[in-house]
Amino acid sequence: MRIGLVVLALLAAFSAVPVALAGAGPDPAADIKAFQGHFRTELPAIPLAAYVNGPYNFPGSGRAQWKQITEFPPYSFAIDSGKVLFETKFPNGKTYTSCFSEGGIGIAGNYPMFDPKTGRVVTLGVAINRCRVANGLKKWPLTKGKMADLVAYMTVTSRGRPIDVVVPNDPRALAAYEAGKEYFYSRRGQLNFSCASCHVQAAGKRLRGNVLAPALGITASFPLYRSKWGSIGTLVRRFIGCNKKVGSVPDKPDSAAYRDLAYFLTAMSNGLPIAGPGSRP
Amino acid sequence: MAHQILIRAKVAAGSTTVEALVQHPMDSGFIKDKSGKLIPPHYIEVIEFTHNGRIVLTGFWGPAVSKNPFIKFSFKGGKSGDAIGVSWVDNHGETASATARIA
Repeated sequence: MRIGLVVLALLAAFSAVPVALAGAGPDPAADIKAFQGHFRTELPAIPLAAYVNGPYNFPGSGRAQWKQITEFPPYSFAIDSGKVLFETKFPNGKTYTSCFSEGGIGIAGNYPMFDPKTGRVVTLGVAINRCRVANGLKKWPLTKGKMADLVAYMTVTSRGRPIDVVVPNDPRALAAYEAGKEYFYSRRGQLNFSCASCHVQAAGKRLRGNVLAPALGITASFPLYRSKWGSIGTLVRRFIGCNKKVGSVPDKPDSAAYRDLAYFLTAMSNGLPIAGPGSRP
Repeated sequence: MAHQILIRAKVAAGSTTVEALVQHPMDSGFIKDKSGKLIPPHYIEVIEFTHNGRIVLTGFWGPAVSKNPFIKFSFKGGKSGDAIGVSWVDNHGETASATARIA
């Protein structure tokens, strides 16, 4: 398969780790090692945990400005409103704590999670919507607004804890993982860019005025307050933006494609600390 | 909740630095909503900072100031424990205020 070959060629180019995943089917553990190894070899000056700060590891990214912003972060209001949403009771008297392990505190690093019941990948946003539907409420849009606020609060309670996305040995989970990986390395759109074109091959280089964040640790700072948006948004909102920027038609926010992509991409950062919510230009 | 002000003040080398994040939509009156209707102007007109009740800064703001503005300034004097106050009035006549102690 052509895409498979591209993936292989890319991975082979990235690191000295032997390409063991070729014949034997998906091997997430080896992929993670190769993926993180690539960045460690290419950009050895950056400590592993610092990858969560994305572009700010590179010169010309306005690191000093960002440090100042972080002292009084623009996402403060979102966290506050997320806390209120989290603690507000549903009409049936329950709260979001009833839907999550550990009462929903400090668990953002476990998402996206494979759900063996439905055989699908569940992101934190999707899990929140499931919780809402189970308690007789309407779904929220997954990209911004109240959803982003609530995700921001649940993420801030997980800050510093390691990302721990599990890909169980279930053919459906492995298929989802593989689909996400294929999405990540497939070229698309008028510009014919893959996610990896910018965030692996050109990580740390400039795209016009912006420094491209390395794919490693890129999900750790979501949800993000982007100055461009003037508000906080989730990972899916960024996926949609990236797809539009390369001239391709974005998928639906709760599509399997985006869930699988989030699954693969977050798993690649396993072990890195959660740093969200973050702020970016 | 809707009109929160986060405020923080620090004293160093005889001068106090005040930082505040002011929650306000700051609608300019030139933006349209999804249905194409203009969102009416709604912005802070006057913002005032006080130190122990004495005004240290007055800002005459308008529609050009961004949503949820951040403001930082410093003044001479002030000591740890002094009261810093902030209040604003917008073009709808709504007001909000907050106080903090210098750290």
